[in-house]
Amino acid sequence: MAEIDTLTPISEETEAGTTRKMTLNMGPQHPSTHGVLRIILELDGETILKADPDIGFLHTGIEKQAEALTWQQVVPLTDRTDYLANLSNNLGYVLAVEKLLQLEVPARAQWMRVLLTEITRINSHMVWLGTSAMDVGAMSVFFYTFREREEILRMFEFFSGQRMMTSYFRIGGLALDAPRGWQKWVEKFLKIMPDRIDMLEGLLNENPIFKRRTQGVGYISLEDMLDLSVTGPMLRAAGLQVDARKDNPYSSYEKFQFNIPTRTENDVYARYLVRMAEMRESLKIIQQALEGMPEGPYTADAPKVVLPDRERMKTQMEALIYHFKIVSEGFRVPAGEAHQVIESPRGELAYYVVSDGTSKPYRVFMRTPSFGNLQALEPLFIGFPIADSIASLGSMDFVLGDTDR
Amino acid sequence: MIPEAVTQDPVAASVLAKFADAVVDGHANLGELTLVVNAEQIVEVCRHLKDDQGFVRLSSVTCVDWHPQEPRFEVVYHMQSLQLKNRWLRVKARVSGDNPEIDSVYSVWRGSNWYEREVFDLYGVIFRGHPNMKRIMMPDDWVGHPLRKDFPTHGYRYSYVDKD
Repeated sequence: MAEIDTLTPISEETEAGTTRKMTLNMGPQHPSTHGVLRIILELDGETILKADPDIGFLHTGIEKQAEALTWQQVVPLTDRTDYLANLSNNLGYVLAVEKLLQLEVPARAQWMRVLLTEITRINSHMVWLGTSAMDVGAMSVFFYTFREREEILRMFEFFSGQRMMTSYFRIGGLALDAPRGWQKWVEKFLKIMPDRIDMLEGLLNENPIFKRRTQGVGYISLEDMLDLSVTGPMLRAAGLQVDARKDNPYSSYEKFQFNIPTRTENDVYARYLVRMAEMRESLKIIQQALEGMPEGPYTADAPKVVLPDRERMKTQMEALIYHFKIVSEGFRVPAGEAHQVIESPRGELAYYVVSDGTSKPYRVFMRTPSFGNLQALEPLFIGFPIADSIASLGSMDFVLGDTDR
Repeated sequence: MIPEAVTQDPVAASVLAKFADAVVDGHANLGELTLVVNAEQIVEVCRHLKDDQGFVRLSSVTCVDWHPQEPRFEVVYHMQSLQLKNRWLRVKARVSGDNPEIDSVYSVWRGSNWYEREVFDLYGVIFRGHPNMKRIMMPDDWVGHPLRKDFPTHGYRYSYVDKD
């Protein structure tokens, strides 16, 4: 038999049967990193010894740009951080600025904000479910979840005119009143969604391959998670009942009845179950918001902050002056600082805004859930085989635009 | 002078009792308790807040640049107590612009790791005792710290130089 000609020399360790450590570069263009995340892995065979995440590939300097724009102009920038939960970002920012302005927003605007952020939560969880199930081999789920997501995006377009970059929430209320016939859309959505979630759970809950890939995988202790600033569904899958909607109610969340689903298994499968249960809770909130939607104005009565409607701007002198001032110069925000925490689909989203009394923000800091959660990557990876790391990565549910800002 | 709204708060009172000269300023505007702490004692104060006051979760570390005022930088810590879930606290430490250095709170909360790296990257504040003090957002060979107020928002000079 002819000797096989090898291009790479076989190392002494391989010949002797003792493996050596290998450094493997994963990403930034790897399909299972859900964006441009680069991880430098150190491997012993299949087992991960060290994982060093490298972020910043999507850093666009949004916080720097925000300092050069007026307060209102920052809202479209917040859309572009977490591009799967735009309305949650809008909400966090406008609530922080409204806190600084000490502006009371009418009930209708608050309830409409709750309704739409809960739809956003379902939208975000749908994308997460499709992509992370595909990572562990359940291909068909992806097509179903993107079908439901399409429904939601069409609904957002109906409300705001945009599918993804909605910028629908404005400082002092909403950009527009809800379009005529919105109740029918939401009703139809509420009617079909429970069955669709049942169907998705039917595809995965008892799926033996999915269970084998996710149960007991991606364990990290609760103490470690708290120490590493991890928030959101990952904490709830470890049995800790934290949710900013209950702990620090904002935008009249205290008026809604809902539960915080928790699990105690603290693995990828538990995180999946928590998120599925969260979608059902969101549907409950949407149902209540639809039934109890208050009538009334959709913007605050603050002529110096909120743009006047077209009719008044054309007929009243004061409205015209305010319109000109707000558009050309922006409105001034009293000097001070405000910190607003909301529960985004990924976890705790906080905006810290500082004003020096001018019409431009002095500092806008976005405490994004993906950035905090990604710090848990290393303990989630170490000691597990590469195949499990893909499942753990999916269960963290991060968006790189949210991480890098 | 520390306002009365701060001294009456139990958390602030416990810090004041233990570190009388560490708290230099504070306010409770908009219902958000804020303590401005001497930068040298930041680690001790944070350890006290975590161990004795139950602020188990560090939410974020960030910075505000008050250029050209001095002390220029204000490092801002937000933390949450888990027993009292709606209890939030903001701690600030002022750092001079000539020598922007402060002790890292990594020994108290490991979660401060990336936040401190981000502050270093974007503001140039060095955290003493941090295990991995290098850039996180910008390329490693970037010149300057983009979120400083004297760094231009846009310009022609492209400061990234490819070494190859």
